[in-house]
Amino acid sequence: MARTLRRIAPQIATLAALVLLVTLVFPQFLHVDYSGGRLSGPVIDVLKRGAPVALLAVGMTLVIATRGIDLSVGTVMAITGAAAAWTLAAGWGWGAAILMALGAGLLCGAWNGCLVAVIGIQPIVATLILMTSGRGIAQLITEGRILTFRDPTFAYLGTGTVLGLPVPILIWLATAIGVAVLMRRTALGLLVESIGIKRPASALAGVNARVLLIAVYMASGLCAALAGIIATADIRGADANNAGLWLELDAILAVVIGGNSLLGGRFSVAASVIGALIIHTIDTGILLAGFPSEYNLVIKAGLVLLILVVQSPNLAAHWSLVRAGIRARREPRPAASPGPRP
Amino acid sequence: MKRLLLTSAALLAASTTLAAAQTVGFSQIGSESGWRAAETTLTRQQAEERGIDLRFSDAQQRQENQIAAIRSFVAQGVDAILLAPVVATGWDGVLQEAQEAEIPVVLLDRQVDAPEDMYRTAVGSDLVHEGEVAGQWLVDEVGDAECRIVELQGTTGSSPAIDRAQGFRNAIEGHDNMEIVRSQTGDFTRTGGKEVMESFLQAESGNEICALYAHNDDMALGAIQAIREAGMDPGDDILIVSIDAVPDIFRAMADGDANATVELTPNMAGPAFDALEAYWNDGTTPPKFIQTESTLYTPEDDPQAEYEARKDLGY
Repeated sequence: MARTLRRIAPQIATLAALVLLVTLVFPQFLHVDYSGGRLSGPVIDVLKRGAPVALLAVGMTLVIATRGIDLSVGTVMAITGAAAAWTLAAGWGWGAAILMALGAGLLCGAWNGCLVAVIGIQPIVATLILMTSGRGIAQLITEGRILTFRDPTFAYLGTGTVLGLPVPILIWLATAIGVAVLMRRTALGLLVESIGIKRPASALAGVNARVLLIAVYMASGLCAALAGIIATADIRGADANNAGLWLELDAILAVVIGGNSLLGGRFSVAASVIGALIIHTIDTGILLAGFPSEYNLVIKAGLVLLILVVQSPNLAAHWSLVRAGIRARREPRPAASPGPRP
Repeated sequence: MKRLLLTSAALLAASTTLAAAQTVGFSQIGSESGWRAAETTLTRQQAEERGIDLRFSDAQQRQENQIAAIRSFVAQGVDAILLAPVVATGWDGVLQEAQEAEIPVVLLDRQVDAPEDMYRTAVGSDLVHEGEVAGQWLVDEVGDAECRIVELQGTTGSSPAIDRAQGFRNAIEGHDNMEIVRSQTGDFTRTGGKEVMESFLQAESGNEICALYAHNDDMALGAIQAIREAGMDPGDDILIVSIDAVPDIFRAMADGDANATVELTPNMAGPAFDALEAYWNDGTTPPKFIQTESTLYTPEDDPQAEYEARKDLGY
């Protein structure tokens, strides 16, 4: 627990600094109301709107830990959303719609996993195939229109509340905690990291990399399916053209802000999810501040750049030098032997 | 009297047989949006009603496909060509070929950067005018009452977003009781409209917003959900006016959630065929730009019937 906290400390500090910054611009940012059986307020909005990116980031973290990348998750959201809406339109009910969406997500993940692990195509290219073709598949399902539905139970997944908390928040929290526990309470996390660090070595050590890789891409597809269900339920319709558009890039950004290396190996699901919250705090802050829309992307890019610069390993080395210098000046000479760095 | 009727009936029959002989080629951009699909459906319907033989070609968003289609129409010797150009430039050569073959070309929906004498006429809507119609409706609706307006803009920098924003401002100019207090892009999508509206409601404390102007219906539909989830009554607590007239906004209107929409008609082919028929019959030269009507629809216009009439057009 203490080790996890130390690992995610920089992300928490960044999030706190951002919240402070947004509060300066928009003083009611931390104000939360309880009315009509639901909590409402900008913070709740951030947690709710962050749901798709947080979910995608959970799956993306695992894929990136194996030294892969999954560009198709935004498109998979569109496909699974279309599948769910189609099932509802066909009158099979919400249970079948959820199963259909999750099944479609797993199928997309298995396709990606097979291209990467069995055929050996580079992950960026393998998932690019589904990223570009998938929207066409989603459009075929919806016949090019926005497929709307009125099933209240399915819409509940996007707009309902439990004990005042919006359901999307509970879904991404449960998914993130579930995956983190599964990875860290079993050896699974270690095996995933070993593939990312060196696949031949892990194979020699007896890790079945092929099966594990396919499973990891399927997990990513499943997370994308959950995100697709939430996005579709939220607007009560499947928009094949726009659902999840460019969200794969936000998910990768969340993983990177979470301090995970794109070169694979060590990963932290918690840090990635906080990364997703950081992105949505920026987005919501810009909306609340009321800048003209031309500034949105520039401000977002500026803040992200700042965060990444502050977190960069090269600067981190400088920081620890500065800190060591201060400590050396304060303490007598003999104690200056360098201790193990965290 | 009887003879007069007979003569006119004979004349009518003659003109119908004349029209039936006409063949028109239609080069469509593709089917990237519901509106485009509806335009294709309506063009086919219009051609069928008038007994015109329509040769349809889907360019799948590529100009070279459109140029190839026009060349093949010229080679087939069609009587006219309808063109919905995917881009504005690069048409001079192929338009020249059509002109040399004396085949009139009518542009649908979008314009091209070519000399005006290269095509017969262009049918399209005036985006600024659409914004003006929406704004004028709101001006008439609120009268002298104070009105704080929030605006959901289209994709930043796109021409519908710029022109529809301008038109709306033209309409409310000089009415000091009306003020646009917040303006943000919702990227023309439902999700975007919903998220941005949620922030508007937080930032302006909902009950102080009197009206929402959305640059398209989809963003308005997203915003309607955001307003309802905030515990308010869309269409009542906050007036909602948007543009496009897609089927779903009529359903919202029938439910009392939306107040007005301005139609961007997908029936561009109707006026085009009218102009062509007038030209074939007595050589009338149409004006260089035929502006389609930007009709305003409100709940008084039987939204349920409008929804039923549109839902199968492919939106």
